[in-house]
Amino acid sequence: MPLLEAKGVTKRFGGLIAVQNVDYFIEPHTINAIIGPNGAGKTTFFNLLTGIYTPDEGKIIFDGKDITGLKPNWINRAGIARTFQNIRLFGAMTVIENCLVGMHPRLNIDLAQTILRLPAFGQQEREAQRRAENLLEFVGLRDKANEVAKNLPYGDQRRLEIARALASEPKLLLLDEPTAGMNPQESAAAMQLFRAVRDKFGITVLLIEHDMRVVMGISERVTVLDYGQKIAEGTPEEVRRNPQVIEAYLGRGSAASHI
Amino acid sequence: MATYTISENKSPQLNWREALPTIFAIAYVLVVFTLLRSLSRTDLWFPTYSAILFPMFVFSPFIIFALKIPLELRAVLIAIIGLVLMPILGMQDSFYLELITQIAIFAAMAIGLNVVVGFAGLLDLGYVAFFAVGAYLWGIFTSNANTIVRATGAQAAPEMFWLFLFLGVIAAAITGILLGLPVLRLRGDYLAIVTLGFGEIIRILVSNLSNISSNRRNPINITNGAQGLPGIVSPPLPDFAFQAVEGLTNALGLPVNNVRAFTYQLFYYGLVLLVCGLAALIAARLDNSPIGRAWTAIREDEVAAQAMGVPKVKMKLLAFAMGASFAGAMGVIFAARNTFVSPESFSFIQSIFILAIVIVGGMGSIRGAILGAVIVTLLNLQVLKNFSLQINALKNIDWVVPILNFPIRDWPQQLEPARYERFVFGLLLIIMMIFRPSGVWPAKRRQMELQEAMGKEEIPEKEIEADVVVIKPEDLLSQEPKEKP
Repeated sequence: MPLLEAKGVTKRFGGLIAVQNVDYFIEPHTINAIIGPNGAGKTTFFNLLTGIYTPDEGKIIFDGKDITGLKPNWINRAGIARTFQNIRLFGAMTVIENCLVGMHPRLNIDLAQTILRLPAFGQQEREAQRRAENLLEFVGLRDKANEVAKNLPYGDQRRLEIARALASEPKLLLLDEPTAGMNPQESAAAMQLFRAVRDKFGITVLLIEHDMRVVMGISERVTVLDYGQKIAEGTPEEVRRNPQVIEAYLGRGSAASHI
Repeated sequence: MATYTISENKSPQLNWREALPTIFAIAYVLVVFTLLRSLSRTDLWFPTYSAILFPMFVFSPFIIFALKIPLELRAVLIAIIGLVLMPILGMQDSFYLELITQIAIFAAMAIGLNVVVGFAGLLDLGYVAFFAVGAYLWGIFTSNANTIVRATGAQAAPEMFWLFLFLGVIAAAITGILLGLPVLRLRGDYLAIVTLGFGEIIRILVSNLSNISSNRRNPINITNGAQGLPGIVSPPLPDFAFQAVEGLTNALGLPVNNVRAFTYQLFYYGLVLLVCGLAALIAARLDNSPIGRAWTAIREDEVAAQAMGVPKVKMKLLAFAMGASFAGAMGVIFAARNTFVSPESFSFIQSIFILAIVIVGGMGSIRGAILGAVIVTLLNLQVLKNFSLQINALKNIDWVVPILNFPIRDWPQQLEPARYERFVFGLLLIIMMIFRPSGVWPAKRRQMELQEAMGKEEIPEKEIEADVVVIKPEDLLSQEPKEKP
């Protein structure tokens, strides 16, 4: 059974159809990629999956539950965590605090416990702190735990976003252009991290990516969107050879001239 | 007395060099206190001395707090200032006690507003409405004005004050949620405008829920309109309290004229201090918890916070309710202490006043809110007024400024300092925004942000880089040689 299934998902913004009748599924414990030219609707599709937008048509089923139209926090609780294309950390908070916010849906939030500082509260806080430290260790930010997030170098911010998303113990991790702006060495390190996420935590990964080295290097299945429609799907090798994909990227006629 | 044992305990632990600041601070407190004690209202220069010395005295707990000595020791020293020195000063001149009570009321409200504005980042310009809810709750049920409550005999007994203190918290929290619900989708300026309107609605509501509205008499009078509710009662105090205060004042050689009134003043001073302390404790514990982190996350980036599983609606409503509840409690106390409430006390400028305290102190900083309340309230209620009093006192004796040979009687009325309250206030805010935008005593988090940002300048450039999306179609076709015709 697929972990995530989207059936005929459509999203319109006025006259523009950002995502049109997309059918999509993800098998558990795989690494998947969505590619496509700018404005193809990739990020919109992510926003639909994570509840930031509600689909106009279609259904999204996650882990056997219909999550269509749920609020983002409920979808996160259900087990989908994400990062953002333009990093959206909580800039004024420290690195570890960012991670702790990510844990919010897994914590028991009790006003009386908080105000009275009951033993259960302290225990939970210590446990959360320990888990956050482990996650930071995993992404390699352990020694920067008490720095303010917005002062981190760019690559570290990307990694912190992943740690924060992992903090909610997701089943599915959505990464929106996780290696944008990275140099080849950094990208390679990031790829290793994505693999580790899957292998160590057993988390399914879906990423939007423009860097084809990354896409072709780690994904098991690649889906191509263009003008909001799914135009191709398959292994990286299949997609690479698909004339429609080449056309979408290089324009009409390019595919013919390359063959 | 406790003082002696403490000073004996600490001396062996600290060497004299480390103890020097502490000794200076204690000497400062004692000197200021003694000077204040030696002032007499009949002195020509009394207003000026008092306007300088009293603020110096009120700042002393903050000076003690800043010392690098164990927290317990600081707490004891501050407790001595608050619970021993201040009441003695109050016995000498009860105006000081009134002032400090007023400061504590504003401090507690500033702490409450800080939860909403500072922690959760929801700009609330109608905060005084919650104060009004608390004040009118106690007012309506105990005033001797001929309102519907009195007519139907539903009046509350004075003993029920404690119950109403609790009800005031609940009522204000519910009002906070009611305000929160419609404004959930709003941010920034839009939120500010709606909350401002909400504050005005409450004020206009209480000025119109009466039978004196316009020219028609309607039978239902709840708030007695713009005239306000007179004769609100205080909770009863046990007889031994009065006797104890009388005994104490006589023993200290500072008998007060009206023991009853003074005991109540002391009672309200203590109560307000207690509520203020509780508010600070609760706010600090909320801040340092998953709830506080969720609020900060919402303040920083609402969408990201939600995507991380933070329930936005619940957390925002909680912030409104918690912030409002402190003001509700203070409202009940305010009504009982003043024995009178009218819509005038809950005008828009009061909301601005509390917001200004938060800004002066430092957004999100609890200690800052208390310090801000001291600065702004003293400036507003004591310092400038006293300078005006001083000029009038000098005018009365036809004093002439030496050297300049300027007769003070020619000092124009338009230039009386008390008339420049708002001007000085605005000036203070502008100066703050230029030189200390994070407040006089900012929260640790903000301090950290500023310090670290100064050390690293290369970050913004990298951020720009992040927005450039690199598309490499040639990678997709990497098998094809690029230089193909």
